[in-house]
Amino acid sequence: MVKADRVIDARGAYCPGPLMELIRAVREAARGDVLEVLSSDSGSKRDIPAWAQKAGHEVVGVFPEQGYDRIVVRKAR
Amino acid sequence: MAKDRVVVVGGGTGGTLAANLLARRGVRVTLVDSTGWHTYQPNYLYLPFTDRVPTGGGPLFSRRVNGLLDGRVETVVGEVTGIDHRAGRVQVQKGGSLPYDWLVLAPGTAYYPDEIQGYREAAHHFYSQEAALCLREALASFRGGDVVVGVTTIPYKCPPAPLEFTLMLDAHLRRLGLREKTRIHFLSPLPRAFTIEQVSEMVAPIMEKRGIEIHTFFNTESVDPGARVVRSLEGDEVPYDLLVLIPPHGGVPAVRNSGLGDRSGWIPTDRHLLKVLGHERLYALGDATDLPVSKSGVAAHFQAEAVAGNILAEMAGRTPAHAYTGRVLCFAETGLGRATIISFDYQHPPRPPFPNRVLHWAKLAFNVLYWYTVPQGRVPLRGVAELEERRGSVGEEARVGH
Repeated sequence: MVKADRVIDARGAYCPGPLMELIRAVREAARGDVLEVLSSDSGSKRDIPAWAQKAGHEVVGVFPEQGYDRIVVRKAR
Repeated sequence: MAKDRVVVVGGGTGGTLAANLLARRGVRVTLVDSTGWHTYQPNYLYLPFTDRVPTGGGPLFSRRVNGLLDGRVETVVGEVTGIDHRAGRVQVQKGGSLPYDWLVLAPGTAYYPDEIQGYREAAHHFYSQEAALCLREALASFRGGDVVVGVTTIPYKCPPAPLEFTLMLDAHLRRLGLREKTRIHFLSPLPRAFTIEQVSEMVAPIMEKRGIEIHTFFNTESVDPGARVVRSLEGDEVPYDLLVLIPPHGGVPAVRNSGLGDRSGWIPTDRHLLKVLGHERLYALGDATDLPVSKSGVAAHFQAEAVAGNILAEMAGRTPAHAYTGRVLCFAETGLGRATIISFDYQHPPRPPFPNRVLHWAKLAFNVLYWYTVPQGRVPLRGVAELEERRGSVGEEARVGH
């Protein structure tokens, strides 16, 4: 399992979206850092990988947990 | 308890209501506000489309804070420049320092336009009286071309406002016969028009039908006033003749300077009890917090009830147990005399009804009724919320567009 450099706990958030918390963290992270978002918002597991692809970052994986998803992204540029 | 002094920073919706609720229970309260005016900010949305002018009797859509406060609340007008929670003192510009036993932080937000290169030279917004009046002038001389309305950073106040503005702008340009000469672009940092999926699903087809182009995953990086384009982090650019960008928001300087905020200046706050994390006798509410809900007056209203209840409980030696549930409720204009309603909490996403006329009139009525109900805590808002939801769900199915 890939170890995250930073965990963003966005559970319970509908607005602002967990995605924005990730974008912010990506701006602050170094290239190569692994960021893990915890989200209970059903859209995150689709939106976050879609944004990461558009912005040129690697989607490590989406892991369903009890009542939320763990979405892991590596900053690639 | 009777001698304990509560200082409330900020005389907006949440601060005013919290001060009133505490004072009514016999607590000694001092409220400090930077201007002494309480402004009903949702009305800024309408300002670019009206000919309303300031009368000289103070800012538009505003009343004096002390007129809205219980007579027992002491009011101090002045900018808070620092907070020393360890010493229990709030520094007020030209007003010395105010000692307190309990502090409630409700100072709202500040705008940081300089976070986007080129913003000051080129961008309009409607998040203050001054800006909304400038935008009105720009709109009056607009004769067609590309209009860009964009959300820059999230969070920002009143999340539906940029969508409402865009739909109202579409209707406005249709009335003036300029719509066919205009392309309207909406920029969203997200993969859809709005943060909340259920709202997006309702509003996106309406925008499509009105011919509004939605640019998703557009995180604004800079504006180039020479080339008249706005550019994104993702590498896209959109041309503009009239540019309306929600200014980047952040915590107020007093919070940032006192070390009570996170990197953006939002106050880390317990989602339910509203205590500032890591501190005792310190509560926060409203736009200044890092709570994962809308920065809006209605959220501040519900939060003020919880904050006042928890402070009263703690003063009486009990464990604070008044939980804020993440409740938010707002009317959202969709132009052409119609509106919808967005209502949710931490556990339940919204299911906005299709826009109808009843909700538009309800929003206009609330814009007036606000003054007589909300700051004084006279309205059991929870009950109103349920009523309006029920009404909305059986509202007429409205046609969109002409």
